[in-house]
Amino acid sequence: MAGLVLSGIEKKFGAVVAVSSVDLVLPNGKFVCFLGPSGCGKTTLLRIIAGLEMPTSGSVVLDGEDITGLPAHKRNFGMVFQSFALFPHLSVADNIAYGLRIRGTDRKRQRQRVAELLELVRLPDVGERRIDQLSGGQRQRVAIARALALDPKLFLLDEPLSALDAKLREAMQIELKLLQQRLGITTILVTHDQREAMTMADLAVVMGANRVQQVGPPLEIYRRPANRFVADFIGTSNLLTARVAGPGQVAVGDRSLAASAMPAGLDRGRDVTLSVRPEDVHVLPADAKAENLLPGKVVFLRDVGANVETYLDCAGVTVISVATPKERPDLHQGDRVAVQLPAAACVVLAE
Amino acid sequence: MSTRARPQSLRPHLLLAYPALMLGILFLVPFGIMLTISFFHRIEGGFYEPAFDFANYERFVQAYFLRALLFSLFIAALAAAICVATGFPFTFLLSRFRRRTQVLWLVFLMSVLSLSEVIIGFGWSVLLSRTAGLSHLMVALGLMSEPQSWTPGFAAVLCGLCYIAFPYTVLVLYPPLSRLDPELTEAARTLGASPLRTFFTVVVPARRGAILAALILAFVFTLGSYLLPQILGRPQEWTLSVLITDQAIYNSNLPFAAALAVFLMIVSLALIALTLRLGRSGTAERPEPGGAR
Amino acid sequence: MRRGIPARRGATGWLVPLFATVMALYLAAPLVVVAGVSLNAQKLLLFPPQGLSLRWYGNLVTDPGWLGAIEHSLIIAGCSSLVAVSVALPLAHFLWRYRVAYARALFALGIAPFLMPPVITALGMLSFWATIGFYGRIEAVILSHAIFFVTLPLMTISLGLESVEQQVIDAAATMGADERTLFRTITLPLVRPYIVSGFAFCFVLSLNEYIIAYMVAGFTVETLPIKIFNSLRYGYTPEMAAVTVLFVVLAALVFGLIARYGDLPRLLGAWSSRKD
Repeated sequence: MAGLVLSGIEKKFGAVVAVSSVDLVLPNGKFVCFLGPSGCGKTTLLRIIAGLEMPTSGSVVLDGEDITGLPAHKRNFGMVFQSFALFPHLSVADNIAYGLRIRGTDRKRQRQRVAELLELVRLPDVGERRIDQLSGGQRQRVAIARALALDPKLFLLDEPLSALDAKLREAMQIELKLLQQRLGITTILVTHDQREAMTMADLAVVMGANRVQQVGPPLEIYRRPANRFVADFIGTSNLLTARVAGPGQVAVGDRSLAASAMPAGLDRGRDVTLSVRPEDVHVLPADAKAENLLPGKVVFLRDVGANVETYLDCAGVTVISVATPKERPDLHQGDRVAVQLPAAACVVLAE
Repeated sequence: MSTRARPQSLRPHLLLAYPALMLGILFLVPFGIMLTISFFHRIEGGFYEPAFDFANYERFVQAYFLRALLFSLFIAALAAAICVATGFPFTFLLSRFRRRTQVLWLVFLMSVLSLSEVIIGFGWSVLLSRTAGLSHLMVALGLMSEPQSWTPGFAAVLCGLCYIAFPYTVLVLYPPLSRLDPELTEAARTLGASPLRTFFTVVVPARRGAILAALILAFVFTLGSYLLPQILGRPQEWTLSVLITDQAIYNSNLPFAAALAVFLMIVSLALIALTLRLGRSGTAERPEPGGAR
Repeated sequence: MRRGIPARRGATGWLVPLFATVMALYLAAPLVVVAGVSLNAQKLLLFPPQGLSLRWYGNLVTDPGWLGAIEHSLIIAGCSSLVAVSVALPLAHFLWRYRVAYARALFALGIAPFLMPPVITALGMLSFWATIGFYGRIEAVILSHAIFFVTLPLMTISLGLESVEQQVIDAAATMGADERTLFRTITLPLVRPYIVSGFAFCFVLSLNEYIIAYMVAGFTVETLPIKIFNSLRYGYTPEMAAVTVLFVVLAALVFGLIARYGDLPRLLGAWSSRKD
């Protein structure tokens, strides 16, 4: 079977469980993001794939070949580290050529390859510079060039953008995605920033509490989160406690709302969570007649220029509505309103 | 975050064999032998016979040796106290100097530290002598009527001990003081404390542990001084280390010398272990520049 | 970033320079006096010197007694430093690279020799070499010094290894470097300055070491410190002063070189960056 297959991966450090029963199938040529908060095990999982850690149990199979016990230096995976980890005693060119050099590649070929790679990452003239003469963004590109030097089978990145400032980070997200598309190399990137995942990933693996919570294309995860954790982690979400009132119906307080996405087989009266994205929440006048309305009061308005956030109090629960300036409803603090949670945007989560 | 792993094969352990062997043979074994000898008897004529009794240890308690022991402890403690009392503020100031100045001072201090006791003893004996020393200067300045010899004597020994221990104290205090977060003192200054006040109310308490450790280490260091008490002191100022060599070489009483040495060793090791205990990482360190983990 | 001593107005502005000057004088005084004495034309212990002459320095290289002592000291210093580094490097590397339960014990064993009063080590060595019959030989002094001073390269090399980022090692591993290549191409180049400074510290201290050399082979192998002390007992000779001056100059030179080509504050435990 082509691609990277992780089966039953578990990693314990003494009594501490870092990664627990991970099963993943990652197809070749895709850009995958391991996404999750700090400490969820995503970096450990990446290191297991790289061969820098050995799993306590489970197997790692690449294109049908079991590489679980193979040490890192035999795997030929290129890796970019969070701190870039450039060799301080070598020049840029020597850094990039390091893998080639220790394999005994001749000088001419080394130089050629270095030039190719510097061209690829758009840093054509820095070959002879020392590492400490480079800026953060330049170092990152050198780290990328170095990782790709040996035409690796997997391209692994551990929070590569976290050391860059905000503007550069945004630009690099796009560049990395374009680079991957150009090379067609299977890429796994670890990040805690869901915006990065949304920008770059073909496939997102959301991790929390040391296990995989959901796998899928980022937008699908955004629209249909599998549980409360994912709903909360990806974007902001309004999470309301509700009870199952019937097929496709939940009760929030004493109001009954229709929900479009509801898992099957839930008993009436069972406690669930209702998830609605703020951009789907509409604020209507208090006397409006429409489906799925909750009475509410405007508590706070946050106008950040690009959009307007309205904080509403619906019977003790805070609901946030986001609207673009054009749609900005004419509201003031203290206004009584009707809050609409359209059925199409309501997702019921069993946990 | 360091992810040192357990060695995955036997091979790395083999690399350790050579250092472990060297240290085992050339450190543990000699001390084992010395410990054993301390229980032996001395025979007239300079050899010793295997035995096992505490006769040597009992000799300790005789007035002469007990006195020497107490004197050693006393003068070492005094020298350590003086060194730390002057060394701590000095090192603090040193750590705040411009880099250039710091390096100059460090080179100077290390050069002084590397000098052997012989040389230092010789230097001070000249400095404190009648014909060539300080007293000449004093006479020239009109502070004294005629040149005097200040050596040998208690003050001379103390002076010499402080001299050798001072650079050592500075080097021991240098890491904790140079790592002290400068923002700590700056905060105190913005709250209205004068530099002197800041020093005594912020710096000293923040580095209590280091001060104690330095005291103990300086104490052990001066306790081991062998030549200075001989060069700059009269027999009543001779310390335990002097007696050990005396017994070993001149009296050819190796067992007794060994017993004295064992005792000194136990005292030193106990104090050092205490220091290491106390030397748990200090608070108020500024983070390492560059964010290396 | 270094914050300097802020300039202070008023009375305390002179306190720091005064303190520094007093300490400098105290530390330099014996050296100055010895230097002066070494230049004295006559064979008398006089300061200030009356009549300047460099003949005592000349004697050092012509007098076979002094020359022999210098030779012994240099051989012992060089060889013992090599041995000390050879023991310290694998030990420090192992402790840094791998996590083992007995790591602390090993490290303690490594630094123990130096922390105790030298007379104890000296006596221990005496007992040992006498027992196995090597008493009085120069090899015994070399090995004794090596073990006594192994702490120095152990500490400097450990400090150097501490500054090598673990991620750099991981990066090299992902690029195909096995343990040996890793050590050869990454670890060793990065830690070389610390190895050199460990060697240098050991060398300088060994040159000046008295009591171990004395107890182990003092009657057969005369090192410079031994010769100086003997001279001191049996009457003053100006060559003692001359050789003392040379020792000081040598030490200052060695440490000065280390400071020039390396990061001395960092070697001594500070976190400092070169660009200050």
